[in-house]
Amino acid sequence: MSEQNQTGKENGMNRRDLLKGFATLPVIGAFAYGAWRKRRQDHLRSHRLARELNMSTGDLEYTRYAHDGDVIRLGIIGYGIRGTQLMKAAGFVQPETILEWKDAAAKDSRDHRYEDFLGQDDLNVVVNGVCDLFDVHAERALAAASNVGREGPDGTMEKPAKRYRNYRELLAAKDIDAVIIATPDHWHARMAIDAARAGKHIYVEKGLARRVEEVFAIRDAVRESNVIFQLGHQGRQTESYIKAREAVEKNLLGPINLIEVCTNRNTPNGAWVYDIHPDANSRSVDWNQFEEPCEVKHPFSAERFFRWRCWWDYGTGLSGDLLTHEYDAINQILGMGIPESAVSSGGVYFYERPEHYVNEVREVPDVWNATFEYPRLNLSLLYSATLANNRDRGKVIMGHDASMELGNSIRIYACQESTRYKEQIANGLIRTDLPIYTYIPGRKNVDAVTTPTEQYFADRGLLYTYRGGRRMDTTHLHIAEWLEGIRQGKQPSCNIDQAFEEGITAAMATIAYREDRKVFWDSEKQQVV
Amino acid sequence: MKSDQFSPWQLWSLVILRVAIGWHFLYEGISKLLNPDWSSLGYLMDSEGWLEGIFLSMAGNSALLNVIDFLNMWGLILIGAGLILGMFTRPAAIAGMVLLAFYYLSHPPLIGATYVIPSEGNYLWVNKNLIELLTLWVILLFPTWNTVGIDRFIFKKYRI
Repeated sequence: MSEQNQTGKENGMNRRDLLKGFATLPVIGAFAYGAWRKRRQDHLRSHRLARELNMSTGDLEYTRYAHDGDVIRLGIIGYGIRGTQLMKAAGFVQPETILEWKDAAAKDSRDHRYEDFLGQDDLNVVVNGVCDLFDVHAERALAAASNVGREGPDGTMEKPAKRYRNYRELLAAKDIDAVIIATPDHWHARMAIDAARAGKHIYVEKGLARRVEEVFAIRDAVRESNVIFQLGHQGRQTESYIKAREAVEKNLLGPINLIEVCTNRNTPNGAWVYDIHPDANSRSVDWNQFEEPCEVKHPFSAERFFRWRCWWDYGTGLSGDLLTHEYDAINQILGMGIPESAVSSGGVYFYERPEHYVNEVREVPDVWNATFEYPRLNLSLLYSATLANNRDRGKVIMGHDASMELGNSIRIYACQESTRYKEQIANGLIRTDLPIYTYIPGRKNVDAVTTPTEQYFADRGLLYTYRGGRRMDTTHLHIAEWLEGIRQGKQPSCNIDQAFEEGITAAMATIAYREDRKVFWDSEKQQVV
Repeated sequence: MKSDQFSPWQLWSLVILRVAIGWHFLYEGISKLLNPDWSSLGYLMDSEGWLEGIFLSMAGNSALLNVIDFLNMWGLILIGAGLILGMFTRPAAIAGMVLLAFYYLSHPPLIGATYVIPSEGNYLWVNKNLIELLTLWVILLFPTWNTVGIDRFIFKKYRI
């Protein structure tokens, strides 16, 4: 021993030295073993589950629409709140707004509006014509159309677009190929029909129209023309809906029997009590033209002009404005089409208070529920909305074997009493309190076990939002898809057939409420009864 | 105090404490390394308290965020390995305290602070990040690595 120590000391260390120095080394071995075991178990569980579910595990690439080729010359009809958003999505923003965004970004690093707008693809379009019945809005539209440099007032400006006082003149213009219609709903049918007849491609905001006859007339006009038509349900560009469709096709949910969709808002703005511009008066607003399609004419009312969604003369309230988005999302996933029947009920339960109107209480309900029956598919679609509470009730598709919660992300939970998953639930592979399938856009590992933290952020739309420039405005993508369709001669995702189904369904629900009866769709005769 | 002045019980309890903290750091780092989707973005976005603005601006800058992610992940791994093996233990413990200070300052358990990330316990002013930070301070002031650790060979000239 002493000899060994002697030798050790000569070498600068002895056995005792070595033992003590490396005493904790086995801990690394234990750690490596434990980490490997845990990873293997997580991996096995998620892969076995993924194999059983047979869902594709790859992430969806963001659809990039082509915009090479000829410049498309746009006309914009209606530059209110939505028209402004659509112009922005097409690449045109007023210089003053850009200044506001820059200031906001300087004050708050979380404000990415300016950065996002600059990062938005150039769609290779120009705006040659604008039409709005309110002078202030028309001037703003002209300023946005000129702002090709995407900068503030000192940036590069293109020659101004032409302002048209009447949309018919805009449609007659030779230097316009396509129109974006973002007017109140009572104008949609006339404008879309006239645009189709004038050979101008059409992007029209939802809801397609207010009445059944209008929906048919738009479809006929578009079919008789060669124009490319897109209805403004930008939800068509939502990645998670594509995955949801796959899950339904692979029968992860079993027989689907109930679908619940909702709208929950709780602000005056969300309830269409929009600001009334102080410069709006009978001189700055072309009121007669605004009311042209109305059967009963009203004296000038700035309240009606800006808050038009609150009256049946111009819109259909929750039905055309918000049910349609939810319906189209589900129609995109299930392709269930027009329901066999619709009933609906509700009322003006909150916005009749004096602080919520100027001269007239709204006509359209602020709390409204509609039920659609699909006996041939053995399912009901339930829409429920309130404009006076914003509890998030989400979208749920319920099948005998599982439920799918839908939003920007997807979660599928197996049903405790499921037939399909009975065995897996019994052997512990599937737990009904944990999702059997999760999809979060932008996540690299689709089938991996999701951590609670990750789920928290995904649900709140906070995750992967600012990474690698992946945050995309769905409205921008929807317009880009329409423009690509024009260039390539193909109809986009929310084409006239999809629009027809949306329009008829919403009109049925509106009739059910206004006439207080059950409304049926006769699919053989193609008529609402 | 030098490590040869510790009783065996004192020495080994401090070593076990050091190794346990190292294990925690190492696994936090490895699990981030193995998850291709991990990013500190969510954590930073959830910040509150005195330095909220600084942490949010870190989250807002994607180039900086990539650097932070890299430093955090590899920092955790190297600190963890260092504490377990007793290798470059002093800088590892100091770096560990710095990281923990960042975590603490971005999510201080203040009165009225609420976080999106669910907490597994109930805390007021003092939370487990702070306790781990203070424990590393103790580890730093009672050196064990000159006896149990690879530093025994690396910093031979200081060895007793």
